[in-house]
Amino acid sequence: MMEIVMWICGIMLGLATVACVIRVARGPSILDRVLALDVMLLIISVALCLEMVYNRHSDYLLFVIAACTLGFIGSVTVSRYVSDQRNA
Amino acid sequence: MEMFVDILVAVLLIAGCLMSLIAGIGLLTFPDMLTRMHAATKPQVLGFLLIFTGLAIHLRSWAVVPVLFLAWGMQLLTAPVSAHMIGRSGYRTKHAAKDSLYADELKQIVDKTSSAPPTGTFDATSGASGKSED
Repeated sequence: MMEIVMWICGIMLGLATVACVIRVARGPSILDRVLALDVMLLIISVALCLEMVYNRHSDYLLFVIAACTLGFIGSVTVSRYVSDQRNA
Repeated sequence: MEMFVDILVAVLLIAGCLMSLIAGIGLLTFPDMLTRMHAATKPQVLGFLLIFTGLAIHLRSWAVVPVLFLAWGMQLLTAPVSAHMIGRSGYRTKHAAKDSLYADELKQIVDKTSSAPPTGTFDATSGASGKSED
């Protein structure tokens, strides 16, 4: 049964990743791209959790926490340095 | 009993992944940045809560619960901060579609600060620079 659940979850995560990549490529502003990359990092964390469920171990918990922290620092840093180019 | 726990884990994991899929679809289809921000926060809190609950139940171990709670609590604390920063700098750099807003309480404050005479290195365009008056 776990096989079927993993397939369903993997397909959903794959579709979400494709949507994020399209938004990164298309996004009109840098903030849209940051947002989409943030969601991609969340998807990677979810995939790590799925791997831990499938193989019944807890080795990747620290990677999940590191991914959360990286997403926060990245989006805050980029949005801090975005400035209005047209009025500058 | 074992079967019931497995089904519970499966439902939690699928619901958590569904949150990611919803965020992806929302990022792709919503028209402007503020609505996309609304979609992007779905997996951050609820999705992680479902996934982490499923993981803890599946491993049947209390030892992972504090670590998972740390990760989830960090998301809970950092998601509003980063959303605030992105929204504020999007507002200042005119990436947000202001025609679609029903109420705009930030407008008068931004107008007041940006119409003030420039003093020293004051920079009215510097996005979310963390100035305390706006």
